[in-house]
Amino acid sequence: MDILVSIKPVLAMAVSLAAAFLILITGESARNLRETWTILAAVIKFLIVASMLPQILDNKVIEYTLVSIAPGLLIKFRVDALGIFFGLTASFLWIITSFYSIGYVRSSNEHAQTRYFMCFSIALSATMGVAFSANMFTTFLFYEIITLCTFPLVGHKGTQEALKGAKRYLTYLLGTSVAFQLLAVILTYHTAGTLDFSNHGIMSAARDRGASDAFLTVIFVLYMAGITKAAMMPFHSWLPAAMVAPTPVSALLHAVAVVKTGVFVVVKIVLHIFGIDLLRQLGLGTALAYFSSFTIIVASVIALKQDNLKRRLAYSTVSQLSYVILGVALLTPSGITGSIMHIVIHAFGKITLFFTAGAIYIASHKTEISQLDGIGKKMPFTMAAFTVGALSMIGLPPFGGFISKWYIAIGSIEARELPIILVIATSTILNACYFLPVVYAAFFKEPKPAHTHSHGSDAYQSPVTHHPSIHEAPAMMVVPLIVTAIGVVALFFSPSRFLELAKIVVSSVTGGN
Amino acid sequence: MNIQAQAPVLIIIIPLLASLINILIGTWRRDLCYPFALIVLGSCLLLAFNIMDTVINTGTIHYRIGGWAPPWGIEYVIDHLNAFIAVIVTSMSFIVSVYSRRSIEKELRASKIPYFYTLYILLTTGLLGITVTGDVFNIYVFLEITSLAGYALIAIGDEKAPMASFNYVVMGTIGACFYLLGVGYLYIMTGSLNIADLQRLLPDLYGSTVILVAFAFFLIGVSIKIAFFPLHTWLPDAYTHAPSAVSAVVASTMTKVGAYVMIRITFTVFEPRFSSEIIPMTSILGWSSVLAIISGSVLALAQTDFKRTLSYILIAEVGYIVIGLSVGNRAGFTGSVLHILNDAFMVACLFMVAGAVVYKKGSRNIDAFTGLNKRMPFTMAAFGIAAISMIGVPPTAGFFSKWYLVLGTIEAGQWVFASALLFSSLINAVIFVRILEKVYFNGENVSIPQSRDEVPLSMLFPVIFMGAGILVLGLYSGDIISSVIQHTVPKGF
Amino acid sequence: MEFVIGKYNFWVYIVLMMIGFYAMIAKRNLVKKLVGMNIFQTAIILFFVSIASKKGGATIPILQKGMTINPSQYMNPLPHVLMLTAIVVMVSTFGVALALIMMIYKKYGTLEEDEILEIERNRK
Repeated sequence: MDILVSIKPVLAMAVSLAAAFLILITGESARNLRETWTILAAVIKFLIVASMLPQILDNKVIEYTLVSIAPGLLIKFRVDALGIFFGLTASFLWIITSFYSIGYVRSSNEHAQTRYFMCFSIALSATMGVAFSANMFTTFLFYEIITLCTFPLVGHKGTQEALKGAKRYLTYLLGTSVAFQLLAVILTYHTAGTLDFSNHGIMSAARDRGASDAFLTVIFVLYMAGITKAAMMPFHSWLPAAMVAPTPVSALLHAVAVVKTGVFVVVKIVLHIFGIDLLRQLGLGTALAYFSSFTIIVASVIALKQDNLKRRLAYSTVSQLSYVILGVALLTPSGITGSIMHIVIHAFGKITLFFTAGAIYIASHKTEISQLDGIGKKMPFTMAAFTVGALSMIGLPPFGGFISKWYIAIGSIEARELPIILVIATSTILNACYFLPVVYAAFFKEPKPAHTHSHGSDAYQSPVTHHPSIHEAPAMMVVPLIVTAIGVVALFFSPSRFLELAKIVVSSVTGGN
Repeated sequence: MNIQAQAPVLIIIIPLLASLINILIGTWRRDLCYPFALIVLGSCLLLAFNIMDTVINTGTIHYRIGGWAPPWGIEYVIDHLNAFIAVIVTSMSFIVSVYSRRSIEKELRASKIPYFYTLYILLTTGLLGITVTGDVFNIYVFLEITSLAGYALIAIGDEKAPMASFNYVVMGTIGACFYLLGVGYLYIMTGSLNIADLQRLLPDLYGSTVILVAFAFFLIGVSIKIAFFPLHTWLPDAYTHAPSAVSAVVASTMTKVGAYVMIRITFTVFEPRFSSEIIPMTSILGWSSVLAIISGSVLALAQTDFKRTLSYILIAEVGYIVIGLSVGNRAGFTGSVLHILNDAFMVACLFMVAGAVVYKKGSRNIDAFTGLNKRMPFTMAAFGIAAISMIGVPPTAGFFSKWYLVLGTIEAGQWVFASALLFSSLINAVIFVRILEKVYFNGENVSIPQSRDEVPLSMLFPVIFMGAGILVLGLYSGDIISSVIQHTVPKGF
Repeated sequence: MEFVIGKYNFWVYIVLMMIGFYAMIAKRNLVKKLVGMNIFQTAIILFFVSIASKKGGATIPILQKGMTINPSQYMNPLPHVLMLTAIVVMVSTFGVALALIMMIYKKYGTLEEDEILEIERNRK
């Protein structure tokens, strides 16, 4: 495998940092200019990431050491197939989300928009940092930065409820990472003498030097407990709580940047810190697979009971994230492929769903599923996109979700873990149970008369004539969600680019080169 | 006369004379005291850097006072550790002195300002004296000069300050007396007071009970001075009620210099072999540190007064430093020395922020922070950085010292120590998140003027400098370790 | 018995020190605390001075030119010198402490710790 030295990963990371600075300077007084920075940075970032793709497909690796702080502690970037995979997904979706965000915050007249866009940019920088990090220290560094700079976004509304959600968000993410993940990182350094990601894991060498199996297991468990962003049960409850955030934040951060960072880091740890051989010998892969299966099922069941659309989506996310972990935990080529594919496919699907939730809120101020009867006729594009996203989540062809589920299912057969198939089947049924009624209600039920809306969160709207004519949200919001919905379909028909990347990852971690 | 050669003594003499001259200046023109103090402390800072430079380039400096050869004369010995501490002390006192003017004008009567600066310079003199001297009795004298200046500085604080200061006097004197007894016992056994001489003479006497007693007296004495659990009771009151500038400077320097004395006693006067193998003193220190860290953190959580919160955090931070010493390995020691530096920056920054809030809002209560991000964005940005550093998030400085400390405890197989360190990170996270939340999300229910209303530049600049410093120090931790700290690690680690 | 009598200087200083210590910790009156502190410090001075002396009529080391010196005839002067410094330190500490007591008295009108705490409590 050739190694190229190039500053591109740093630029990809830094461009939105620069944008954050420009956004801060520009401020509220020149809103259009401020938004230009966001869009510009998003496009440039995507182009930089995309420009690295040919080399990666050429089976090369791009490296760059930014600073060497102390032995073992260097901020170093390394773009490999897995990293570019995540980087492409996040940077592409950022462009779309930027447009959507602008539409959303302007329609709803959010306060502190400068802070909003600034934190957004920094979050994206940090996401790139995680995607392209070459060692566990760099990962940890950007992981923490994501937590800190998304905290203001979660608490953006500043209401009591938002603050409570934001506090839980920060306590879970920061607390566990400082307590467990940091300890795990230090233990890794102590046992392995390095923090650099390696294709066959760095811990197997440590085991040869005499680190006991129990000790390695403890480190692995600490990692899993410390990476709360992956929202594995029992550390999942921050995610529904964080749904108080404005919808674009939920969309990008809780479908892409934050949660995907979590599962991405889990994948990295499984593949590059421990290595699949070691985990198989320790039997930890199977344990992780069943643990994530538990999360898949339970979160789906909880999702069934949610009436708030965003909360239902949040629990769906909790469940879907565990698919990624499940796939990689199977430790087989197809499982890993499915897991990696699910990162991008779920991102597109879930961001579509969140976008529609936001569009519905902006257009009609409805947040509960029980209020959505008949809304499909008023907002046909939005709800069509919702349907696409939902079907992809369920895993029906011709939507992207089918592909990743297919690979994960094959992976479980390869791993001879047949109960996992059952888990996938059950989860598919449950997914259908909690998504299809929404679609059905939106398109086929008659809207309820306005006067029945006397309960719950929309009580304050009752004096108003209750939006007699609901129509589509602004184009700034509808177009992005149609684009992502098309993306979901496109991923089914031409997943080859991504599959190619996934193959490179698989071949590099399973012996080969 | 070659200034470079005389630097070790000039760094004491200049501030000592200046503190006296300052009174005279004060009786003539009160407003000249501040620039005068700045010049004096600034030149000390330059001298300290000069000394550091000399040490890095040419090795340990030996300076004989009056030309008397040791062990009869007093010798100033400056190696990497001393120079490092001297730089910390002078930087802190210089930066805080820049900050002090407006803060003091607000908190003190104008007639007291000359005395404030006199004591302030005297405090620095004492701290530097402890740092440069190579003589255990000399350390005692400078320790008391520092403490006396400290007692007086704390006493000019608010309503309750005199009482807090009196308790500090009582405890501080006990500490100093124990230290003095330790000196006496060592003198009985060896007939020497020179550190290098003691180091040579003592190994033959390690079996002696008298030596053990001397060691115990030293440790108790120093532990009181650095407010090491369970001898910390004087600290929260004293640091809470002192004027803000005083809290900033004493919190960032006195405990650090005390920790330096502890390092000197346990690892230079006595060998690491004695401190960790012949007697289980290091494990006693380690477990006390665990208690210090846990109780300090938990008590900090329970406070509503911001300066008091910081005081308890400081007690936990002292535990951090000692825990790294107690594990007796390279990583732990590196972490401790690095933490002396980082903690000085963090604590000074936080106490200065506290002072800035007192300056604008007149209250030390945590609630006073509500919605300050609009009024004081820069101060609050520095506060945020310091807070994150306290939690130990990279790339701030606090992360790196914690990294080495935890690594050290793990290498020593002390899992409880490691857990205590991480537990304290967690508690710090809770404490600071609670405050940051008030700062940045005041919500709609609080109506405060939203216009910018920052503290004066002379206060703002040091705060920002510290905040930026925490980030820069973090990124340069590796260089600091390789050029200075690794030379301070005692032989045998 | 030999242990007690042979090292009586140690016992004297320890007893004095404990008396001082007791007063500092247990007495509630600030002046009494201060007196305890002085006793405590003085005990240490006595200890230092006592270790300087030698048995067999050693005297203070005042030397003249041309004298032959026999160290066993003279007391060790160094502890005395150290104690001169220590006395200075102690006097300063005492001075600072007295000044503090004056401030406290002006503020509270009493020097009893209990009453001061009571006043503080009522102020809240």
